[in-house]
Parts: sequence; structure tokens; C-alpha cells
Amino acid sequence: MNQILKNDATIRWAVLGFFVLAVAGYFMEAWVQNNIMFGLARGLAVLGLMVLWRTGLISFGHALYFGIGAYVVGLVDRNFGISDIFLRLFLAVGASAFVGFFLGFILRKYRGIFFAMLNLAFSMVLYGILVKVESLGSTDGFSVSQTTILGWTPENKYALFAAIVFVCAVGAILVQCYLKTALGTLTTAIRDNELRVEYLGFSVARAIHLKYIMSAGLAGASGALLAMALGQVDPDSMVNWPVSGELVFITVMAGPGSVIAPFLGGVAFEFLRTYAFELAPEAWQLIVGATLLGIIFFLPMGLWSLLERIWKRRGVSS
Amino acid sequence: MVNILKRAKPRLAALASCLLLAAVTTGSASAKDTIKVGVVTFLSGPAAGPFGVPGKNGAELVIDAINAGTLPAPHNSKGFGGATLEPLFIDESGGGAKQVAEYRNLVEKQKVDAVIGYISSGSCMAIAPIADELQKLTIMSVCGTPRLFEEKDRSHVFRTQGNAVGDSIAAARYMIEMFPELKTYTGINQNYAWGQDSWKFYSLAMQKLDPTSKASSKPQFPKLFSGQYSAEISTMLLDKSAVVHTSFWDGDIEAFMLQGMVRGFFQQKKLVSVTGASAVDSLGKKIPDGVVIGTRGKYGLLVRNDLSDPLNAWFVREYKTKYGVYPLAPSYQYAKAILYYKLGMDKAAQAAGGFPSQDEVMQSLKGISFQSFDGEVSMALAKGRQAIHPVGYGLTKWDAKKGEPGVEKVRFYGAECINPPEGILSEDWLNAGMPGAKCN
Repeated sequence: MNQILKNDATIRWAVLGFFVLAVAGYFMEAWVQNNIMFGLARGLAVLGLMVLWRTGLISFGHALYFGIGAYVVGLVDRNFGISDIFLRLFLAVGASAFVGFFLGFILRKYRGIFFAMLNLAFSMVLYGILVKVESLGSTDGFSVSQTTILGWTPENKYALFAAIVFVCAVGAILVQCYLKTALGTLTTAIRDNELRVEYLGFSVARAIHLKYIMSAGLAGASGALLAMALGQVDPDSMVNWPVSGELVFITVMAGPGSVIAPFLGGVAFEFLRTYAFELAPEAWQLIVGATLLGIIFFLPMGLWSLLERIWKRRGVSS
Repeated sequence: MVNILKRAKPRLAALASCLLLAAVTTGSASAKDTIKVGVVTFLSGPAAGPFGVPGKNGAELVIDAINAGTLPAPHNSKGFGGATLEPLFIDESGGGAKQVAEYRNLVEKQKVDAVIGYISSGSCMAIAPIADELQKLTIMSVCGTPRLFEEKDRSHVFRTQGNAVGDSIAAARYMIEMFPELKTYTGINQNYAWGQDSWKFYSLAMQKLDPTSKASSKPQFPKLFSGQYSAEISTMLLDKSAVVHTSFWDGDIEAFMLQGMVRGFFQQKKLVSVTGASAVDSLGKKIPDGVVIGTRGKYGLLVRNDLSDPLNAWFVREYKTKYGVYPLAPSYQYAKAILYYKLGMDKAAQAAGGFPSQDEVMQSLKGISFQSFDGEVSMALAKGRQAIHPVGYGLTKWDAKKGEPGVEKVRFYGAECINPPEGILSEDWLNAGMPGAKCN
């Protein structure tokens, strides 16, 4: 672990990037800060999906864990008055990873479209429950009170922004460390040939199960952060299937290239939507969709591959 | 070809990122003689047709008229406190969280002077705390949940539409007045907050107003937008209840009516539709006579042929000329919210002797009564932030002479007959038997 931390270029860049972002955030306009905050929060869930994607699995139902995370924050706030960001985050991640652990026993047996749709089915079960139960806010949801940080109540949004940047940096670094371990390096191997991985002496089912729990926990953290950033939870924007779709959308848009890519993708998506909303309030979905098509056609490995290409060209010319 | 593409790709991407950057950096500036207002309504999704677009049209019509100073008296002064209003239309679809994000964009990025709109109760509940946090004057135009002001005091939120309790009490009063012999009732409502609330308040009001009436033990709560109601229709046909209450709207009310008609449902049951008037127009001649229809105020179908009020006459005429169809309830509701903002601006500008500050505008908005396109509106509840106004119902009746749907036996119930006095929660008031209700 120490070795990886010291020698890995991605981690160095991630630390630097997130640090610069945290400082720059202080000078940003409130709406830019907000959009970046939402984008980063979503990026955390996308990070989990990216790990699954590298394994060759796409989930159309991670809104389940996203929603669990968000609703845990809302519920512990409403029922117990818990407002500390780290406590909220811990409970949210715990709850979603717990559910991921149990569902993982079923889901680790499935691949491809079956994996994707089964996830969707589970997430829609939660959606159905939330919409029907009045004490959980039904379709209206409920609001989440202001977040405190270790007993301190910040005066503006910047503190939360910095905290979210910090959590995302930690998430990115942990995932990068995981990818460098023996189990982590199996990620793409499983996608390419499961049988061979088994012959190497690893259990594919267990490796996938672990990745699944990880992605569930990350999605839970993501939902929790978004709930805190927005100050509101409701089933349509936290648990319904378009939320899962959005996460997959960002995953494809960002590309599987690096653990930093999901955050880039999340922020890009947030700005894309804001401007699409503004330019064409009646057809903004069209702009968002056309952008994804454009990315699939021109940048099949996502936005990250664009950066890589620029990077490489620089390297060659200098 | 492949080569060209290969070469073009990085350039294209670079161009795109430049565009994005340029877009991020361009700011917006507004002078004092124009004000920017965010107008939020459903522009996509299932609620756009019956609610969002009529709402947007109503808002547009009235904004243009006020900017030009062509509204009838007493509202014929030009502009909003002298300024021209520039609306920014925003889509309400996608859930509360997205609305909160867009609201923040409106306030912090577009720097709007006020936000007007919101149809879904979910949006209103999500936006209200953020409006207070960002301290931006926000006028809710359509949503009906009583929780908006009853759960919490608000500092920057106003609502020009009466809440769901009034709609339900008026429905109960109408049924008892017009059909006293129908004692048993059931309901079919969408299984979400608005449907659950509407049924709860209707059955409570029926219990209190006529203790001999009896609710069915099996009210139906199908999924929102499910579109298929044959099972529910069968269940309700077997149910002994004579009256069926519904708060269905949009495609659901149309689907339900079509599916009910072919099975003779409306010959056997009396349907009370709280907000189904949009379906009456789209179904046209197919709609059976004698369905009890409401519009949540003196709006749309119930008043389109009663043009005695000059403001209503102007609104119906101008709307029909401009858009080729009759205005629906949301058109009135958005128009009213815009008019309300104008009156507040005018009053504050006059008092300040110049362009008023937001606090001055809010001060002058509080507790006023005014003549709107739907008659008298008074901001009587929630410390002068929540409107009360009459709500009425009528029976559908095909107008063969005009070849369009009409209504008969319209009754309106006064604002103070269907709303609690200031300071008491709607549900408590209903449970106490509606003390102090002034009906005539």
C-alpha cells in the first residue's frame, strides 16, 4: 500500500488536482461551485460503476445504492438529528454496502444484460416502496437540514465543497490502490477470460462480489453527498431508473481510463445539463443525448481518452 | 475519409472544450429597467401537455400584456414597477433534486429578481427551503400541498393557489348539496402525495359534513401514470359505493374515462373529478354528461362561458386568439402569479419612489387582496403568504349548439367556506368540524 501510494503517478496527479480544485473552489462563483459539487458527488458513484465496467459488467440499477445513501442521510437527520458529514457518510456507506453484500450473493452469478436488468429490478423495488410509503415522504420526499463538520456549522457552502473534494480524493486514491493489488489487477482479466482467472487460483465470483460491494458503498457515499449538497431527497431524483441511466451515461462519457475520469465526467455532465437547460428548456434532453452519441462516435473511450491523447502528443513533441 | 476523421477528432474536441469554456465565462448583466424572472413549468414529460404548456402560455400572454401596458383596468399600468419583465422559462421535469440544482442556477448564475412557478407539490416542497436559504422571492403558482406553509414558516415564499384541502372540501360540499341521496363513496387516486392527500381530505370532509355518509373500505390507489385501469374499474363496479372521487390528471384521467365509458361505468357511478377539466377538452364529445368536474378555482371550463368579469373576458378572448384554444386552469394560475408579482412591484415602487428592493416588494406582497382573472384573491393565510379564493364544481354537459364541451349547475364555494382561518392547521380544522366556516 505504501509502495503504491509513493510510486503511483495517478495518485500524485489526483492529490494535486483535487488540492488545486479545493483551493480554486474558494474563488468560484456560487453556481460554479454548486455544479462542481454535484458533479463530484455523482462522480463517486461513477467510480464504482467504472470498476464494474472494467470487469465487463454494467449495472442499470445503482440508483438503488445511490438512493439508500441519500435516504439514510435524510432519515438519520429527520429521526435522530444527525448532521455531521462524516457520521452521515459512514452510516450511508455502511447501509448501502450492507445491502450490496446481500444482493451480491445473487448478482455475482449473472453477467451481461442479466446483471444489468436484475440490478434495475432491485432498484425499482426500492423506488416502489418509497413512492408508496407516506411516512418516507412518498413522491414529495423531504428536506435535509444543513450539514455540520465535526461539530462546526459552516456559514457558507464552501466548507461542504471542500469536504466533498476531500472525500472524492480519498475515494479515488483508495480505488486506485485497490486496482494495483493482486485482486485489483484481475479486474480486466475477469472481463477477458473468467476461466483462466479460475485456473490461476482465484475465485471469480468472490472477486466480482467484492467489486460489487465496493461499487455499492461508493454509490451510497455519492447519494449521501448529493443529498447533503442539495438539501433534499426524493425518489424521482434519487432512486428512479433515470438516475441509474444518468450514472451509466456519465460512466460512458468519462471513459474507463483512470480513477480521475469519473469526476471529470460528473462535472462535465453537470455543466452540460445546465447549459442545455438554459439554451433549450424544451429540448434539453436532445442536447444531452446528442452529446453522448457524439462521444460514442468520436471518443469511444470517453472524455479521458481525449486528455490522454493530448498528453501523449505533448510527450512526443517535447 | 478515415484520415480526415482522425485528424478532425482532436480539433473537434478542442473546439468543443473551447465553446464550453467560453460559455462558462460569459456572465450576464441586467439594467434596472428590465427585470429577469425565472418561470418554471413542465416543458417535457407527461405533465407538459395538460399543465406545463397551458401554464407557460398563460404566463407569456400576461407578461407581454403587462410589458406593453395592455391589461384591462385596474391593472393597465405599464411594466412591473415600471420595469420590463424578461422571463426565463425552465423545465420542471426530473424530480425535486434537479429542480433544486436548477433553482440555484437561476438565482446564482442568472441572477434573477424572482422565481415564479412550480406545478408539482414535490417541487414546491423541495424549493421552499432553498428559496429561504438563498433569500430569493419565490411565488408558487399551482402546487397544492398544505404542508408548504403548515410544516414550517417561510420567509421568501408566497403561493397564489389555494391548497388541496379547499379543493376537497368544496368537492364534498358540492356533492352534499347536489346529490344528497348519494351516501356512499369510494375513490381512485394516483398513489403518490397529491392523490393520497386529495382522498384523505375528501373523505374527512364528507365524514364531517354528512356523518351518515360512508366511505368504501377499498379505495383504489393505482400507480402514477399506469394508464391501465381495468382491474380497478372492475373492483369499483362490484363496490356498492355510488360516488367515485378522483384526483387523476393528465393522460391518466383520459385513459380512465375512456376505459370506464366502454364499460358503462359512468352510468352506474357518479364521478367527482377534482382537476380533470383538461380531459374534458381533449375527449370532447366522448365525455359523458353529468360528470362532476372541478378546476381548483374560477378557472377554465367552469368560467369560460361566463364572461361577466372583464378580466376573465379579456383573458379568455386574448388567449383563444393567440393560441387557438381555451385557457386551462394552469393558464389562469400562472397568469395570476405573474399579476400578483406586478402588483407587489407597483405598490413597492410607488412607496419607495423608485426601483424597490426585494424586501420592499415582499412587504407589499404580504396580505394583499386583488382582482385577478379568476376573481377576488386574498393572501389571507400563513402570515399573508398563502392565497385563498373560491373553488367550484359543475356537471359536464355537451353544448350541441357550439359543438364543444360545456358545464351546467356550476356552484362556487367562498374562500372562507372551504379554508381554515389563520393559525389553525387544515387537518385539525377539518377534524374539529370546520368551526367558523363562512358559507352563504
